[in-house]
Parts: sequence; C-alpha cells; structure tokens
Amino acid sequence: MTVARAASSRRSFLGHSYNLVGVVASLVILAWTLVAIFAPYIIPHPIGDIVDDDYFGPMRQGLWLGSDYLGRDMLSRVLMGARYTVGISLAAVSIACFSGVVLGMIAAVTGGWFDTCLSRFLDAMNSIPSKLFGLVVVAAVGSSIPVLILTLAVIYIPGAYRFARALAVNINTMDFMTVARVRGESTIYLIGSEILPNIIRPVLADFGLRFVFIVLLLSGLSFLGLGLQPPLADWGALVRENIGGLPFAAPAVIVPSLAIASLTISVNLLIDNLPQKIRDRDA
Amino acid sequence: MKSGVLNLVLKRLAVAIVTLLIVLFAVFFATSMLPGDTASILLGQAATPEAVAGLREAMHLNDPAILRFLRWLVGLLHGDLGTSYANEMPVAALIGGRFVNTMKLAGITTLISVPLALTLGITAAMLRGSVYDRTVTVLSIGVISVPEFMVATLAVLLFAVYLKWLPALSSVNEAHSLADLVRIYSMPVITLTFVISAQMIRMTRAAVIETLSTPYVEMALLKGASRSRMVLKHALPNALGPIVNAVALSLSYLVGGVIIVETIFNYPGIAKLMVDAVATRDLPLIQSCAMIFCLGYLLLITAADIVAIMSNPRLR
Repeated sequence: MTVARAASSRRSFLGHSYNLVGVVASLVILAWTLVAIFAPYIIPHPIGDIVDDDYFGPMRQGLWLGSDYLGRDMLSRVLMGARYTVGISLAAVSIACFSGVVLGMIAAVTGGWFDTCLSRFLDAMNSIPSKLFGLVVVAAVGSSIPVLILTLAVIYIPGAYRFARALAVNINTMDFMTVARVRGESTIYLIGSEILPNIIRPVLADFGLRFVFIVLLLSGLSFLGLGLQPPLADWGALVRENIGGLPFAAPAVIVPSLAIASLTISVNLLIDNLPQKIRDRDA
Repeated sequence: MKSGVLNLVLKRLAVAIVTLLIVLFAVFFATSMLPGDTASILLGQAATPEAVAGLREAMHLNDPAILRFLRWLVGLLHGDLGTSYANEMPVAALIGGRFVNTMKLAGITTLISVPLALTLGITAAMLRGSVYDRTVTVLSIGVISVPEFMVATLAVLLFAVYLKWLPALSSVNEAHSLADLVRIYSMPVITLTFVISAQMIRMTRAAVIETLSTPYVEMALLKGASRSRMVLKHALPNALGPIVNAVALSLSYLVGGVIIVETIFNYPGIAKLMVDAVATRDLPLIQSCAMIFCLGYLLLITAADIVAIMSNPRLR
C-alpha cells in the first residue's frame, strides 16, 4: 500500500501532465501571490497620492487603470489591495483549516461524547448564515484586521471540521489503525502519523475551496463597509468606495471586481483540474 | 418501517430546535459584547450617574446574562422584540413592513429561479458533455466564483448603463403601475436569480447525473427506451428527493444574497434595515433581524434534510 501511494503521488505531482486550464489558473494564482508579497515595491504611485485632476479617470498612459473617486492611481490601489485580500484570506483559511482538521481528526479517533458534543456544536455554528455572523461580530466588536481574520476563521472551522472528520472516520476503520491502537500509540501519534498522511490531499483541495469562500465573504463584508476600514482598502472596499463610478462604467469600479473574479475563478478551476487522485476523498 | 422515517424526521426537528436555541444564544451574546454601557449610550453625555444607575436597574442590565437571555426569549415568544435604541420605536413596528418587502423579493426570485434552474440543470445533465452543457456549467461556476455584489454590478452595467432598460436603484414607494413594479423589482430580482440559480443548476445537474449512472437507468437504455423517456420516466422520479434538497439548500443562499442586494440597490427590506442598524449599533434591532434570518435559514436547511430523509427509499 505504501509503495502504491508513493508511486501515485510522484506521478501526480511531477510527471502528471496538467491540462492547459490548470496551468493558466496556477499562473494567475502565482501572479497574485507575488503581487501580494511585493506590492509596496512595484506600485507606481503611493496609494494615498492624488495624481489625477479628474476623478474616475479613464485608462491611459501613466495611469494604466485610470483613477479612483478622489483621483488616486487605481493600479497602485489594486496592487496594494491584493495584499489585504490575499493576506487576510490566507491567514483566516490557515487558522480555519488547521483547527478544523485537527479537531476533526481527534473527534474521529476518540469518538464518544467528545465527538458527539463537538459535532453538534459545530453543526449549530454552521446554521448561522456566514454574512450574518460577520455582520453581528463586526457590530459587536468593531472591525480590524485581527478581528476579521478570526471571524472569518471561526465561520469556516465547522465546514473544515465536518470534511476532515468524514475522511478521518473512514481511515479510522482501517486495520493499520487497529494495529497502532494495540501498540498503544498516543492520540497525537495516531492523528499525525496515521490519519493525516492519508487525508492530506483532499484536505488541501478543501483548503483551496475554503480560501475562495473566505475571499468572497471578506469582499462582501468590505463591500458593505464592515470589512477593512479606510485608509486601508482591500478589493471589496475598492469596489465600495468607487461604486459612484458605476453609471459611467469607470475602470475604478470594474477593475477590483475583475481582480476578485480572476483570483476566485482561478482557484476553482485549478481545483477542478487537479488530477483525480488528489481531488477525490477516497484517493 | 414507516416509524423509522418518522423517528428520523422527529430527531432532525429536535436537532433544529436545539440548534435554534444555540444560535439565539450566540446572537444574544455577540450583541451584548458590544463595548460601552447601553444605559449611558441611551441617556447621552449629560446624564447623571444616578440616572444611568436607575435606567440600568429599570432595564435589568445588572442581572446576570443568562437571566437577561431568558427574559429576552420569553419576550420573543410573546412577540415582544424590544425597542430600537436609535429612534425608540418598537422593533416589531420597524421590521413589519420591511419584512413584507424582503419576502416579496425572495418570493419573486424563487418563482423565477426554481423553474429556470431546474430546466437548465436537468437539460444540462441530459445533454452531458455537449456544448450546451459545458456553457451552462462554465457560466454557473463563473457566477458561483464571484461575489454577489459583482453580479449586481455587472447587471447594473449591462441593463442600466449600456442598454438603459432599467433604473439602477429601486424604491418601492413609487409603484403605481405594473410597469413601475417591473422596473423596481427587476434589478434586484435579476441579481438574486443569477446567484441562486447558479447553485441550484449545479446541484440539480449533479443529482440527475448521479441517477443516470445507476444500473436501472442503464437497463432502460439497454431495453431501448428513448433518451427523454429514460430521463423523464426512470431517472427523474428517483432524483426528485436530491433535487428538492438542492432547491431548499440553494434557497438558503437567499439569506446572504439579500443582504448584499438590498444594500446595493437601496431596497427597503429587512437586510438593509439590519446593515443600517449595524452602522448605528442598534442592538435590539440587530438581534431581531439576525434572528429572523437565522430562523429562515434554519427552516430551509432543516426542510432540505427532511426531504433527503423522506426520499431515501431504503428508509421507507
């Protein structure tokens, strides 16, 4: 079994021919990641500077994406926005998936009342619509980057938990788990060395999907004015502040929307085009 | 065997009620975590400490949280939603008309999107792999992958800016004729329909395709049944449960959708009311709106689960 798994993972990661859509999607994701990391060094104008006499200026040389509602350079603002959208979402999805997956594996391994209580509680959490949860938390404690990251993470822990638990329950019935238990291994060893390696690939695919959900929710909250607060602006906030340009189809309102779409669609397409072996839960 | 289904359904309902209690509890506590003392906010800067203490006493703010929660719950059961902090009107009065507006929006969207999505989903599954199927699939993935406000923005760009068919904003007060009504509801309904239908199409298509891959459908194919007969007579009746499940689940996306759509189109519904209440930190109003949304959401996902239980032939 180990041999078969090693062989298949080598083939799927190195030798496997990804199709064109998958390659393009990964390139878009890579590009946004690089932008998010190096944004402060590549922006042509400081994001707060007013560089255009006109507001909602069109695309032209020097101001490649036009200007926003105050005449600031839109290209710089979108590049910096990538930092917040990608950064906050990545932090949130990491916390959500890590906690969800660890809790899910522990619940599957230990079972009993711990499993029942945790599952019930997280199912209840799952019954709160995500936008509503965000609204209520922001109303209660105000909006800041740490609050946003934690709120987004908490909203998506139940989903990650459910997914990982379902996978881990299947693995838990395998003979090698019984053997490990008989050997007297600790729970930490069981989840880290026996379960995790067997569910890691579908969990990573799930990580990608959850990242998309979080980007969408963060953008939605920012669009409602409940996400990042000025002067910081992620892509959702950029759409919000420039919504006045909509009647003239200003690039300032269209470009940040396209940025969000390019990122989320790319992640979705990448996951859809992953080799079957990685994507499927019983891989 | 019949009692097995009944038991499962009752169990699911019990879970829904427990969940509702937990959700109410969460909403209540999230909103009472708000910094600042409610009594001093209400009385303003000039209030004397005695007045604040008096009001705290009168509003039972000194009681333990669990007691306040229970009192709030009992109030809810009597239909008493509390009083808005912002304009001191009863919350129930503020919500009433707005609630009807939101239900109208949701109702019209449902009436349009369910038949539309089912037709597209089922036909796409029948013509699996065709250009038509691929177009529908790509479009629905596209809509799912972008935020709701982007669908709304694109709809405004297309219908209001380029084609100039419709106004960008809606205001229900001005409806005098059928034409007005169409103009008011069209933009929000178009946006919501896109968002809801995309989910529904994907789930319906998946459900029908799964049924089409079962042995008895293959049997129908082998005995020479036509493609449409195979789908309509053999596959669809068995896919009905998963489809209804998909419809209920997709409709639960309305809850998130209306929050964005009402805000962007300035539609006077309950979601707009709530977003405004968040801006003014009007707790009783937020609590009540949040509760209504959670209730609606819970109803839909519980209905989806119950349909799934009832339609499982192994349990009948």
